[in-house]
Amino acid sequence: MPGSIKDKVAIIGMGCTRFGELWGKGPGDLVVEAVSDACDDARVEVKDIEAAWVGTLFSGMGGRTISEPLKLQYIPVTRVENACGSGQEALRGAAYAVAAGVYDVCLAVGVEKLKDEGSSGLPGMQNRTGTHYESTPPGMFAMMATTYFKRYGLSPQEGKTMLAKISVKSHHNGMLNPKAHLRREITVEQVLSAPIIAWPLGLFDCCGVSDGAAAAIVTRADMAKKFRPDPVYIKSLQISASPTSGRMVSSYDYTHVEEAFRGGMAAYREAGIKEPRKEISMAEVHDCFSITEAVTMEDLQFSPRGRVKEDIEAGTFNLDGKLPVQTDGGLKCFGHPIGASGIRMVYELYLQLQGRADKRQIRNPKLGLAHNMGNEPYAPVVSLCIVGL
Amino acid sequence: MIGITSYGAYIPWHRIDRKGYLNAFGGFAIPGEKAVAGFDEDSITMGVEAGLDCLSNIDPRTVDGLLFSSTTSPYKEKQVSALMAMPLDMRADIRTADITNSLRGSTTALGMALDGIRAGSARSMLVIASDRRMAAPSGMTEQGLGDAAAALLLGTENVIAEVKGSYSISDEFAGMYRADDDTFVRAWEDRMVMDESYAVIMPEAINGLLRKCGISTRDITKAVFDPPTDIRRHGRLAKDLGLTPAQVADPTNIFLNVGLLGSAMSLMMLVSTLEDARPGDRILLASYGNGADAFLLEVTDAIRHLGKRRGFKRHLESKKVLTNYVDYLRWRDLIPLEAARRPEKHHISLTANWRERKSILGLWGVKCRRCGTPQYDNGAMSTGPIRICAECQAKDDFEDYCFARRKASIFSFTHDMLAPTIASPASVVLVEFDGGGRAFFDMTDRDPDTVEIGAKVEMTFRIIYVDRGYTNYFWKARPVRVKEA
Repeated sequence: MPGSIKDKVAIIGMGCTRFGELWGKGPGDLVVEAVSDACDDARVEVKDIEAAWVGTLFSGMGGRTISEPLKLQYIPVTRVENACGSGQEALRGAAYAVAAGVYDVCLAVGVEKLKDEGSSGLPGMQNRTGTHYESTPPGMFAMMATTYFKRYGLSPQEGKTMLAKISVKSHHNGMLNPKAHLRREITVEQVLSAPIIAWPLGLFDCCGVSDGAAAAIVTRADMAKKFRPDPVYIKSLQISASPTSGRMVSSYDYTHVEEAFRGGMAAYREAGIKEPRKEISMAEVHDCFSITEAVTMEDLQFSPRGRVKEDIEAGTFNLDGKLPVQTDGGLKCFGHPIGASGIRMVYELYLQLQGRADKRQIRNPKLGLAHNMGNEPYAPVVSLCIVGL
Repeated sequence: MIGITSYGAYIPWHRIDRKGYLNAFGGFAIPGEKAVAGFDEDSITMGVEAGLDCLSNIDPRTVDGLLFSSTTSPYKEKQVSALMAMPLDMRADIRTADITNSLRGSTTALGMALDGIRAGSARSMLVIASDRRMAAPSGMTEQGLGDAAAALLLGTENVIAEVKGSYSISDEFAGMYRADDDTFVRAWEDRMVMDESYAVIMPEAINGLLRKCGISTRDITKAVFDPPTDIRRHGRLAKDLGLTPAQVADPTNIFLNVGLLGSAMSLMMLVSTLEDARPGDRILLASYGNGADAFLLEVTDAIRHLGKRRGFKRHLESKKVLTNYVDYLRWRDLIPLEAARRPEKHHISLTANWRERKSILGLWGVKCRRCGTPQYDNGAMSTGPIRICAECQAKDDFEDYCFARRKASIFSFTHDMLAPTIASPASVVLVEFDGGGRAFFDMTDRDPDTVEIGAKVEMTFRIIYVDRGYTNYFWKARPVRVKEA
């Protein structure tokens, strides 16, 4: 039996910038803002940080990504990258270093500056032979909706309506969040009549393309209360990297994400969770597209296979539901600055657990789960982080 | 016996209804339609299609050479027949050559292939003629030109049409030409071209052949010779030669439905003639362009056993008529367009492409010897051979496995409106190959409305994109073009 991170590391401070099209801010700007907020929250100074990890996909190179703007004074800094899951990867690095007993206070930062590209979407990521099929990320996730609808006998209208309700919920939550990129209510009708981006997904099935940064300060669990009375403890940190066989072998059904299922199982085991649907109070999942959220609810065992529609219709994942999901608007509305998202998710869980989520506050949360996913549904790296009081 | 042992052809799926030119430019429209290569097709891809059709029930590794005739090779410097040998799955120890620049390059190649076989340096040779010529928009020449390819396999066994004789003439005359830096064809006054060249040179070559073979026009079952730009002059030449209408392979059908096909014209007419030929038929084949080549063929009993080809007729029937001439202008990069607001594509690494040439150009994957799973990896971050089995994780225990000629079924699809493709939406499919194996491909020559899970597709060799002058070819999926009976 491998060891466990459970209750060895505490988060004592977090910060997050507003996400959005922040034309006037550079990546260093965002880093300084998020880290300053996190330090203030933890009541520490930047000079107290002993080692740091930064996750970014496009917006930096090496440890300099943060040591330069923060003028960190010769401390160890590691830049990590795990596609859209880079943020949680940074947190994992910092938490493991603390758990190993090497450092007492570490920093994890996620940052991405996407809106310097002059175009929407992510910078090109083709392979060097230039033979990659011409699909954008929405297209690759749209194909999961195509197979999901087919497998579970949903007509395009039924399937799209189910997905629309996911986006309507996230927009409602995003509206309540002053730091969110997209802050307005939408209706199912609006979602269904929006332009198609990649059939069957339309505009409102896709998350925001945003700039932003988020940061966390972690320390040893036994030291945490010296910093604040209400630290949040890490219960699990898991990650599952895909062999990417899903696009090559027929056993993959393209209606689930195996890495999320396996990563979830490992996370529940590490955190000692037996019945996730009952025990998890809330979740922030990687809802890059509405279909991703739908399938993730099944992968994480919140809903039985093929039956997430019932939970969506029952409002289970709404702010006032039994298992609120994306209480901050999610990638959909808070926005998705790639490297920042994984830490932003934990930021919302942290605020909720501390009762600081303002209008979005849910009642009496005990355990929150963050699910951060990089790359395509048939070939992702999925990281999971469970935190609690 | 030396002669033709197989034939094949390719006509693009897309056609322009020439009435579209009236809508675009006014004036006069030639009746009928013409075939236009899609945005992802050129003379190489069409030629590969014709070659695959020609070799449809023949082992390509028995063929000793490939001669490619075209006036529209994408390269001024670089042999393309060597490239085409990869998707055609030919051996490496073969003779390859590009016969370029000449509208009668196809018959020149035919003569060279026959000479090689006769001399004993090859047992069989594949000749492919393919053209995708362009005339400047709005002219009558533009309305006339069409895109297509045809192929002949020459050899000594299972000969379906024996070559009884040949005769060639060289003649210097700049009737139709395209300079090194021209995009569009240029032509001298057509009346002079026809009166002083076509009407003089063709009879000289044809009569020379008949004299050499000791026969007269009466002995010809079908005379197959390509027309000049004004196809009415084809009929006049036939009459001048003393041929009855029944003896003439009329190019009108091809002209009205496909167009004037450049160096592929005479072979397309021959393929169309062979499709209806009977044993014993004597066929005259002649081709014009800075002189003329003429051949006498005699159809044998073996033609009954050739097996079905898509050839001319079945390709002709399978089509999609463009409703918008602007699509053509966009495909050929003839009008400036606003760039898609998407991140720019990366440059291609020619090293990676060379390393992966068998997999990219030949669509070769592997089959695991341990678990038997066929595998093709389209979309890996790392480019390189499959070393570990995706199913059972066995290491380096594979045999080569080709997916190029296998049909497949659609497992999932999307129509991506965001992808910066020339012909939006980008239809992308995840397919399951008959016999096993799964992979993503772009889909081409499809109506988005007919793409559905379970639909059958086949693989087609296409252009992916051009980077710094390098045309990147790969395979796409398309709906099965001709349903098998």
